[in-house]
Amino acid sequence: MGEGAAAKFNGDVSIVLCGEAGQGIQTVEHILTQTLKLSGYNVFSSQEYMSRIRGGNNSTSIRVSSKRVSAPIDRMDILIPFSKGALTHVSKRLSEDTLVLGEEGIFGDEYKGNNSINVPISDIASEVGGRIYSNTIAAAIVAAIFKVDIETINSFLRQRFGGKDEAIIRNNIEAARRGYEVSSNLIDNRIRISIQRDTQVSNDIIMDGVEALALGAIAGGCNFISFYPMSPSTGVAILLAQHSKEFGIVVEQVEDEISAMNMVLGAWYAGARAMASTSGGGFALMVEGLSLAGMIESPVVVHLAQRPAPATGLPTRTEQSDLNLALYSGHGEFPRIILTPGTIEDAFYLTQKAFNLADKYQVPVFILTDQYLLESHYNIASLDPSLIKQERYIVGTDEDYKRFKLTDNGISPRGVPGFGNGLVIVDSDEHDDEGHITEDVGVRKSMVEKRLKKLDLIKDEIIPPELIGNPNYDNLVITWGSNYNVAMEAIGNLRRDDISLLHFRQVYPLHQSTANYLRKAEKTIIIENNATSQFGSLIKLYTGFDIDKKILKYNGLPFSVEEVEANLRSI
Amino acid sequence: MDTKIFDMENIDIAWCPGCGNFAIINAIKQALAELEINPRQLAMVSGIGQAAKAPHYYKCNFFNGLHGRSLPAATAIKVANPELTVIAESGDGCTYGEGGNHFIHTIRRNPDITNLVHNNMVYGLTKGQASPTSPHELRTPVQLDGVFLEPFNPIALAVSLNVSFAARAFAGDIQETKEIIKKAIMHKGYALVDIFQPCVTYNKINTYKWFKDNTYYLDNSHDPHDRKAAFEKATEQERLPLGVFYINPKPTFDESLSIYKDNRQPLYKRETDIRRLSELIESKRK
Repeated sequence: MGEGAAAKFNGDVSIVLCGEAGQGIQTVEHILTQTLKLSGYNVFSSQEYMSRIRGGNNSTSIRVSSKRVSAPIDRMDILIPFSKGALTHVSKRLSEDTLVLGEEGIFGDEYKGNNSINVPISDIASEVGGRIYSNTIAAAIVAAIFKVDIETINSFLRQRFGGKDEAIIRNNIEAARRGYEVSSNLIDNRIRISIQRDTQVSNDIIMDGVEALALGAIAGGCNFISFYPMSPSTGVAILLAQHSKEFGIVVEQVEDEISAMNMVLGAWYAGARAMASTSGGGFALMVEGLSLAGMIESPVVVHLAQRPAPATGLPTRTEQSDLNLALYSGHGEFPRIILTPGTIEDAFYLTQKAFNLADKYQVPVFILTDQYLLESHYNIASLDPSLIKQERYIVGTDEDYKRFKLTDNGISPRGVPGFGNGLVIVDSDEHDDEGHITEDVGVRKSMVEKRLKKLDLIKDEIIPPELIGNPNYDNLVITWGSNYNVAMEAIGNLRRDDISLLHFRQVYPLHQSTANYLRKAEKTIIIENNATSQFGSLIKLYTGFDIDKKILKYNGLPFSVEEVEANLRSI
Repeated sequence: MDTKIFDMENIDIAWCPGCGNFAIINAIKQALAELEINPRQLAMVSGIGQAAKAPHYYKCNFFNGLHGRSLPAATAIKVANPELTVIAESGDGCTYGEGGNHFIHTIRRNPDITNLVHNNMVYGLTKGQASPTSPHELRTPVQLDGVFLEPFNPIALAVSLNVSFAARAFAGDIQETKEIIKKAIMHKGYALVDIFQPCVTYNKINTYKWFKDNTYYLDNSHDPHDRKAAFEKATEQERLPLGVFYINPKPTFDESLSIYKDNRQPLYKRETDIRRLSELIESKRK
């Protein structure tokens, strides 16, 4: 790019904000994603950050696009560094086409000149009222580049800071004005952006996986959650706490995950629709309780938010390495269901459905997410809680009620104490049909069979995998959970009709169509955010099929579109 | 109400002849009958151990869960349906050992439940190892030279946490035990009753006679609203006091939850306001 020439961005711009924890990058992300969306741009943002409250280096990537985007890319068109370490932190993504936009004092001599624009954000912030306004100034500069109406920003700021001191709102609005002013003086002739706006998009909903999952839980009738804080699962409990009065939800932070799980089971026993939400280490503590759910045939919904492990691992990073944990957790043999949302819509609808499935089959239902899915935002057209009817299976009991009555399909109607004339008895020991402890070998055998029989019923309701692309494919790419969008975009970019995608929203029980899909392919490729291809092993176990190529990533970061594309190009 | 309402027919009780548990379940049944508690509105919750089998011997709803985990389950049952009378009943190993963390935090949380702890100072179900409350000199197949860990003092711990109600009873006196249990059930908030009982098989120190010789009842000179006095009584070692040590009325867990502020309906009777949820989602377009 020559001196004075304008950087041109067509169709899709990637902006990266990078700085220390505590500098307010999330505020910038929030202002930008909301106001860009309101202005009719498709947006996608994702974060990578360190497990600390202050300092270090974190980055947020925002894509602004003419078409819907919902996956991260490596390409970095505009970098806004907030701290001196920022350029080093994102150095692998820096290219000669990256425009660095910020203070010279931060990005240093190396980037002075053609590929940078010096914007004195701190000086302006001091004039407006202090460093704290740097974020609003930075957000306004970017918004101005995209020709976002300043009134859109102002009304967003009024809403966001509403209830605070009038001076804070006034200063923020002044900060936005100054950002726009800087943009028109220093930047306008250096950047040309050509991205389609869509008035429909301005009316879209924008949210992250956490919010979609929490609202899906409410839609599913969740009225009880007990939890112990653990990244990246905590956001779900926080959201439910914030809506607890409005929707009548008991939200309790408890002493440990053991307590959380046993409370969830007590709550279902007494008629609540309860959820446990945790991450790997926390779930490890819940495993004994999960086995109790298997024995007393209690419904339970478990949100297991994956992060890199073993042990504490990388607390704020992403991975898909707890599939085996979910699949094999709990001593003994009992059925379960594992759902794996891959989109914001999935996070909502699958969580909603999880409550129906748990209640209907009286089994644990997992919602397996990860940090990347939970903390990615993008715009979607709609979420309609009335699409899935809330199903409730509690029955009133009569005098002869037997909680574990043997039935043809293995499901015994579930009563709750205090509703009807019967007594509801559950026991972690093997029990007879009433729920009383027994060591009768015949009863034991029939109870084991009764519990396992439910798996046959569940099989009729498995969510089938989705085939995207040519049904007469040569190459079949397999994904589950959060790799849906990245694989879709990468395969789309390849423009080859010999590659199709088979995506799983439910990984267990595995849908019976799986083997046929695999057999039709000349070559099968699986993409997983783990080191050992856990889903590949599950497929092998249940279909006997060996997957040819495994694209695995386990450094704590999600796949980028370019990465998946490069891996698939050689096929 | 006749205690027979709680009687089970044709049951094979798993306890040793002479076990203190028999007296305790009799006292509990009498207390429940005298308080006119409908078995259908009663939920007993237990963990694992000899004492934890007790709910199998009453006619009532019960949740016999995992070792150490009776209190979280009981708390949730009460909070999901505040209309129920909820009693967590288990032994010293279950409540104070495996469930120690829950014991501490349930006292802090203060759900309106009763916690009856059969305290025989030894492990029965696993055949005679030391329990958290075992006395120093108790020898077992594991603690060959005698227990040297400091015995757990549940009443002192509970008072230190400013518990809502703490009492101690002795299974050898069904009448008084029944009266103490009645007070605990009637108390609004978490109510602990630590119940001394002999283990006729594994604890040869703390026998019926030992308890008779080494306990006495608190009399009117003890003010159960005086926390310091309660703590003093709880730490007495020479002879162990019985009766109500401490009463501290305070808001219960379920009362403090916003969802029960103007609606006492149990959760199973409530429906999700889907229209409101749609409105909330739609509000995110702006």
